Amino acid sequence: MRTGARLLGIGVAACLTTAPASSAELKDLYFGEALYHAYQGDFFDALQRLDAELAMYHGLDEPGLDTLTYHVGQAEFSVGDFELDYRMHRRAGRAIKAVLEGAVDEAVRNEAAYRLAKIHFEKGQLDDAVEALARIQGKVPVEIQDDVEFLRASVDLAMGKPAEAVTVLQPLKSDPSLSGFVAYNLGIALLEEGHAEEAVRQLDAAGQLAATDPAGLAIRDKSNLVLGALLFESARYDDAKRSLDRVRLEGPFSNQALLRAGFAEAQAKQYDRALVPWGVLAEREPTDAAVQEALLALPSAYASLNLHGRAALLYGRALEQLSGQIDRVDASIESVRSGSFLTALAREESRQDAGWVIRLRTLPDAPETYYLMELMASHEFQTALHNYLDLEGLRSKLAAWKTGLDAFDDMIRLRGVNYEPLLPEVDAQFRELDSRMRLRLEQKKNVGKRLHAMLTAPRPEYLATAEERIAGERLAAIEKKNSDPATARRVAHLRGVLTFRLETEYHERLTAAFVHLKALETDVETLERQYDDFVRARQAATQSYSGYDVTIQRLRRRVEDAAVGVSGLMARQGQMIETVAVHQLAARRERLAAQQTQARYAVADSYDRAARAQGAEEAR
Amino acid sequence: MRRRVIVACLLCLSPALAWAESTDQQQMKGLDEQVQEIKSDVLDIAQELSRLEEKLLFPSGTQVAVFVELAPADTMRLDAVRLTIDGQLVAQSIYSFKELEALRKGGVQRLYVGNVATGDHQLEALMEGKTEGGADFSRTQQFTFRKDVKPKMVGLKLSGPSSSAPIALEEW
Repeated sequence: MRTGARLLGIGVAACLTTAPASSAELKDLYFGEALYHAYQGDFFDALQRLDAELAMYHGLDEPGLDTLTYHVGQAEFSVGDFELDYRMHRRAGRAIKAVLEGAVDEAVRNEAAYRLAKIHFEKGQLDDAVEALARIQGKVPVEIQDDVEFLRASVDLAMGKPAEAVTVLQPLKSDPSLSGFVAYNLGIALLEEGHAEEAVRQLDAAGQLAATDPAGLAIRDKSNLVLGALLFESARYDDAKRSLDRVRLEGPFSNQALLRAGFAEAQAKQYDRALVPWGVLAEREPTDAAVQEALLALPSAYASLNLHGRAALLYGRALEQLSGQIDRVDASIESVRSGSFLTALAREESRQDAGWVIRLRTLPDAPETYYLMELMASHEFQTALHNYLDLEGLRSKLAAWKTGLDAFDDMIRLRGVNYEPLLPEVDAQFRELDSRMRLRLEQKKNVGKRLHAMLTAPRPEYLATAEERIAGERLAAIEKKNSDPATARRVAHLRGVLTFRLETEYHERLTAAFVHLKALETDVETLERQYDDFVRARQAATQSYSGYDVTIQRLRRRVEDAAVGVSGLMARQGQMIETVAVHQLAARRERLAAQQTQARYAVADSYDRAARAQGAEEAR
Repeated sequence: MRRRVIVACLLCLSPALAWAESTDQQQMKGLDEQVQEIKSDVLDIAQELSRLEEKLLFPSGTQVAVFVELAPADTMRLDAVRLTIDGQLVAQSIYSFKELEALRKGGVQRLYVGNVATGDHQLEALMEGKTEGGADFSRTQQFTFRKDVKPKMVGLKLSGPSSSAPIALEEW
């Protein structure tokens, strides 16, 4: 029972898997990019982007200024979600534990505890799930309140504590998104607790709930199927029939429901009515176990109605079909053993289309998958299958990266060949320009200093034009050479004129000088920008081809090691899948062989009875 | 006790469970853990490789990235986007159903990563799609963006033809 309940819970929990978190107003493009990949089911790329973004965010001095800060809580949870979706439960558990142990508010911590509990539950680690659920205390976000309680009940059920599950589930009945699952689990919990009548009423209610989504419809069908079987066991055949009739004819449980509906009629000795569901079922896909049961059940109903001729014909048809199915199983086993199954799994469509398994089964060249539908429906096999596909994905990525690293090597070599002869000459020219530039900048600095000093201590002579300075120097020279008083007076007069001009035009000239200085500063800024651009371009030139050897060598080694690891694991995983598939097929073959024997005897017996009946008829 | 057996049988409707309780299950579990470890390793490699690739191919001084997102709740069906920078076709994308759904749910596509010099650049975006009623439409819009020393991120927010700005530029 424990196993059964656990599987039920896993199925239900899978329906509750949280979709990648989205935000109404996106403020970080790289987070949006990770979501873009996740929404397409490309969780490897989503994780790669988001891990990189979070690592960068946590490495910042002031992460509060980064745009991811608006989504960081959501991003931390999304990493866990993506890891779960990429079937990395252990890492997801660690990521969520990190959130739990971080300085986060109560609601976030409780949500993290819930997610951790869900991971443990899905992996069958029930004690850890209980421990994680016990950490949920205080404020729980409204949107997960019912999910938490539902998970709590599922864990109780899986641990064989139906009474506790009933207590938790009863107040939950109103939640619309969970109503079908809650109602069903409550029915099972009541049944386990020994309240059979209450369980029947509960499952009856669960089987009549309104549902539109596939999951809701499926759980409703399952409720009706389980209820039908319970009522059948209690010999309440009419009630069982009513419940089984509510199962949709096209749903995943329809074959089982039709088979059981026929048995319910047959047990009530209503063989003619049993012909209807079994007749429908016998025309369905012959690889289904319920259909194969119906192939024998249908003629047995005719035999019970004393229609031995018809029974003999149908047994004959069953024998033919069962023999055909045995041949198909043999072909499937052969095909799986020859490696075709793994080849089929690795086909491109398996990654493009969620319904690929069903389509694969219809392909004429794919006998390897005829009998694997039920196997593929199990959680463990799905995990193995997905792991194999994930490994195949990793294998192709690693192969592409290896080629990419070779291309990087080529690119770096070519860049070196291009830049190395050019750079010495460029550097020499730059050094010359650099020294000229520094000289001019120094001059500009001195001029600026002088001009600012002149604001407090005017020095008109500093603002003389070149012509005035020459005139002043010539006057000084004449003064020095001539002692003639007339010349001295004339020189004094001219110096006075010069001084007058310098003094009267001083403020105007000082203003003009500052305007020129300002213009010079703008030019200097442009020059400095160009200088910085050059320095960056020069650094980029060197950085474009040097300093990568160690990184590339290390990466190449890691890629090669990982490729070896992936190949080894793929071989083991593939072998495991094949072994399990062959075991499953062999079990089906055994069952088919038993049915074939049964059909063979039944054909003979029916023909005998038909002949006897005909003889008796003729004798009359 | 009988009831328990019945329920267990009902819950285990699939015969596939027969093997699940065997040693195969334990081996699968062991393999699953090893697969998880190697996935983790490969993810780490992918990150380091991505950093190397960015450094080698798109250094921050010249890097420009163009992202595409859909306006929230917009009902148009985006078919294709074409992007030119300074007159050169740099990227084009035809959207599959999955990609379109991912955009509709709020995902952001990095349509282009490349290199441009610092300074002003002309970006032209062409979008083609269908309105909710099924009519074809096409819009083209030119923008100017400025590339500085740090990496440049440009976002294009797309919406249907009834919007006042079907292609809106957001600089980040």
